[in-house]
Amino acid sequence: MYKIVSRKPLNTTVTQMEIEAPLVAKKAKPGQFIILRVDEEGERIPLTVAGTNPEKGTVKIIFQIVGGTTEKLNHKKEGDYLQDFVGPLGVATHTEGIKKVCIVGGGVGCAIAMPVAQEFHRLGAEVTSIIGFRNKDIVILEDEFKACSDKLYVMTDDGSYGRHGNVTVPLKEMLENGETFDEIITIGPLIMMKFVVATAKPYNIPVTVSMNPIMIDGTGMCGGCRLTLTQDGKRVTKFACVDGPDFNGYEVDFDEAMSRNRMYMDFERHAYEEACNLFKEAK
Amino acid sequence: MAIVPKKNPMPTQAPEVRAHNFQEVALGYTAEIAMEEAARCLNCKNQPCVGGCPVNIHIPEFISQVKVGNFEEAYQIINKTSSLPAVCGRVCPQESQCESKCTLGIRFEPVGIGRLERFVADYHNEHATAKPEAPEFNGHKVAIVGSGPSGLTCAGDLAKKGYKVAVFEALHTAGGVLVYGIPEFRLPKKIVAKEVETLKALGVDVDTNVVIGKTLTIDELFDMGYEAVFVGSGAGLPRFMNIPGEALKGVYSANEFLTRSNLMKSYLDNPVTPIMKGGNVAVVGGGNVAMDAARTALRLGAENVYIVYRRSMEELPARKEEVEHAKEEGIDFRLLNNPVEILGYNNPDDPRDPKNGFVTGIKCVKMELGEPDASGRRRPVEVPGSEFVLDVDTVIMAIGTSPNPLIKNTTKGLEVNSHGGIIVNEDGLTSREAVYAGGDAVTGAATVISAMGAGKLAAKSIDEYLSKK
Repeated sequence: MYKIVSRKPLNTTVTQMEIEAPLVAKKAKPGQFIILRVDEEGERIPLTVAGTNPEKGTVKIIFQIVGGTTEKLNHKKEGDYLQDFVGPLGVATHTEGIKKVCIVGGGVGCAIAMPVAQEFHRLGAEVTSIIGFRNKDIVILEDEFKACSDKLYVMTDDGSYGRHGNVTVPLKEMLENGETFDEIITIGPLIMMKFVVATAKPYNIPVTVSMNPIMIDGTGMCGGCRLTLTQDGKRVTKFACVDGPDFNGYEVDFDEAMSRNRMYMDFERHAYEEACNLFKEAK
Repeated sequence: MAIVPKKNPMPTQAPEVRAHNFQEVALGYTAEIAMEEAARCLNCKNQPCVGGCPVNIHIPEFISQVKVGNFEEAYQIINKTSSLPAVCGRVCPQESQCESKCTLGIRFEPVGIGRLERFVADYHNEHATAKPEAPEFNGHKVAIVGSGPSGLTCAGDLAKKGYKVAVFEALHTAGGVLVYGIPEFRLPKKIVAKEVETLKALGVDVDTNVVIGKTLTIDELFDMGYEAVFVGSGAGLPRFMNIPGEALKGVYSANEFLTRSNLMKSYLDNPVTPIMKGGNVAVVGGGNVAMDAARTALRLGAENVYIVYRRSMEELPARKEEVEHAKEEGIDFRLLNNPVEILGYNNPDDPRDPKNGFVTGIKCVKMELGEPDASGRRRPVEVPGSEFVLDVDTVIMAIGTSPNPLIKNTTKGLEVNSHGGIIVNEDGLTSREAVYAGGDAVTGAATVISAMGAGKLAAKSIDEYLSKK
């Protein structure tokens, strides 16, 4: 069992927790993920590591309530325990040789982008961050990004906070004005990452995307997280859990990935409603 | 006394009943049937059956005890060489091992050794009250990577000798393929749990949620004071055919489909982990895993389940009893058929149509058998122009698995072959000092019993190595 040492809501649907998991805390690097189960009969869900404290032996996770399992997780309190917590899984974000980086995060993806931005900042790279949200109410981690970015753009879709528009707006402006980066790293909804790739393409800047497919074991065993890349004109299958979650954005078949992520949409909606009803009844 | 030519049949749930539930298919011999079956054993002096068993169970000895009703004594005889009899009695391919060597089998049906083994193990599990005790600690610590059949066997053998053993398991439940792969109706999970409990009573630590190669490395295990490591990490990496359409929704690896159903319990009425249920299902492949996937799909409510296999019934590698059971349950064998493409729904007028991207069918080509290939089996060749489409909603790829590269990639100096299997010598020792390996991690996908044999061998080698230290 793994203790929840702290719990803090970041907005109405996004929560941050620190979990006691010393072995994971010692090993996890930015870009890697963990898999947890809330309770005995629970589902396994992957969540990217949002930070670690090796001395305290804790791992920070930030999650958005999107289904039955995250709804249940959100109802856990400080001092409660999680059934299972395993990691770190996946390959850490590649940082070597990158002196100037642009981090583009969207929504809860910013939680994953944050430790990556912090790592580059720590390594002395010049960090430009663009973080985007639907509206003012769900803006998260602005201060954290401010602290580790040389330049920060906060965007909202409806203009209720920061600048109006989506994350590709300032990216495009910068690139058009001759700004260049060793690499652009983008983490967020698939559709957003797809457009970040399209925006960067004319400028030939490498783009790393962080994929978040459906997975079970996280060790390469089920193949449920497979995605298709085009490498040297050939379509190849990769497993996000062991080959990723970071991939070369120019190679990823985003349309296929978006379709695959919708496989259990009806099931998930139903499970979410059920979990919500359960907690309502309990009250 | 006249020889009874046929084996006593195994009592089973009726096919039409069991096709709709996940309870065990084979119900097991009663004491009376077991004693009757044991009486068929000729008790040959040269004991050919023992040589056919990868862990050399003293078969005629235990059967002699069953014959006279001394079931616990029979168990103790099996227990000397096998650590998981309740498992092996259920999942071993006896027809190609012990029973294939049975003298009686030359003219008649061989003795039902596997069925007797299962009976004895079940009898013990039901009646035994004494818990095994942890022997005195001999001062040596050994780490086992993976809690599948090879790891559990190796752990058990070493623990009985006084070693302090820790088993590291990546998943949240111990048992490896016995819990994620083999379905409940063939191997009830409480049997596996019982075997794991027995090991714990012997003093073995079972650490779930530890991925060796990620959470800890082999080198760190040595730093932690373990003096030898056994790698039994299995062959977990699923293979796909690399045909068009494998990324469509509704295409599973057998590993994923079975893991969802078995480990994550998607077979329950109101599961937490989703799985596609019902419709028509094609399972590609002809091994035990294919049979397990097909029969699981049927129990999950599929209307039609096809086994699509490119060779003929004669080459079908699955355990005979499973094939028989599958046929009785109504699995439709489409032999000498090879998939060439998986077809999906695509509404060109509405990209948001929720049906888009789901499987609608599998295009196959008919095959005929040509000349024998390297494996000695006749090579299937395509019949030109024979393409046809099977209408299905789900496709399950059960065409094999490869060893997981996680450990190889994080352990310096650990050599593997071209298939990714860890290279070991005749003692189970790898290219790294004090690192042993066995089971599917070495051989690629094989059987539970051969993995157990490898675990046993490694335990013996580790004991010899550490006793000299």
